[in-house]
Amino acid sequence: MTDTKAIPCSEAVRQLWDYLDHAISPEDQEKVEKHLSFCRRCCGELEFAKEMRAFLATSSAEEIPPHVRERLERFVEGL
Amino acid sequence: MRRSVTDMSEVGIRDRTKEDFQELVLVELPALYSLARRLVRDGAEDLVQEALLQAFRAFSTLKEEAAAGRWLKTILVNVFRDQLRKRSRTVDERPIGDLSDFSLYRTLVDEDPFPYSDTLHADFLQVFDSEDLREVLIRLPDIYRIPLVLRYIDGFATKEIARLMEAPLGTTLARLHRGRRLFEREMWAYAQEAGLLTKER
Repeated sequence: MTDTKAIPCSEAVRQLWDYLDHAISPEDQEKVEKHLSFCRRCCGELEFAKEMRAFLATSSAEEIPPHVRERLERFVEGL
Repeated sequence: MRRSVTDMSEVGIRDRTKEDFQELVLVELPALYSLARRLVRDGAEDLVQEALLQAFRAFSTLKEEAAAGRWLKTILVNVFRDQLRKRSRTVDERPIGDLSDFSLYRTLVDEDPFPYSDTLHADFLQVFDSEDLREVLIRLPDIYRIPLVLRYIDGFATKEIARLMEAPLGTTLARLHRGRRLFEREMWAYAQEAGLLTKER
């Protein structure tokens, strides 16, 4: 039988990103889920963690300034 | 005749040419340059250039064309890691203060920077453009910034990051955890300093 003793908010928040990454054990996953089932504030933390991850994931490629592109393409041509 | 990058899967490893490499670079350059700019404050161009040189020399070892973007990024991270090692033999473990109590979510609720907003947390993220985000990232010590950027912006797996940084998995996980907290604290500090919370929205 797994130990599903309730965890405090500090512990749940500490594990939220790892929970979203599925990087914690199934037992800890269950504990976080149990905590989220009754803690509205931590559900807010979870939603914000999801928003933050989406924000970071969509910021991966910026525009490359033309002079930089030109210099690097010239470098590759000269290889 | 030039082959398009999409046709390159049909090209045998031995047949790859400089033109194929040029085609690849053309497609992948923005992502590669963006990664370099998140890793270094100055010298992103030089970092990309060195990575391209090494990638060209190793072009024949690229197994799958579909993985070319990740392959180039991995080479760039390796170059960056080696440069860091040359610069300093010690890991930058500057004290960063107690992060255990900081929650950006709660700080936003308590400080309520946008009193008329129904989507406070989403609105807070939206005030950061790509330059603001870079500024926040660049403020973080390397040991926290690198895993954070690779994991959550460039999508590397944690195990892969541990391998790239030649650090144990547990250490990498701990750095990711502290890095996230530190990143959120710096986001809040930067938003205040840069006047992002008082701009007309």
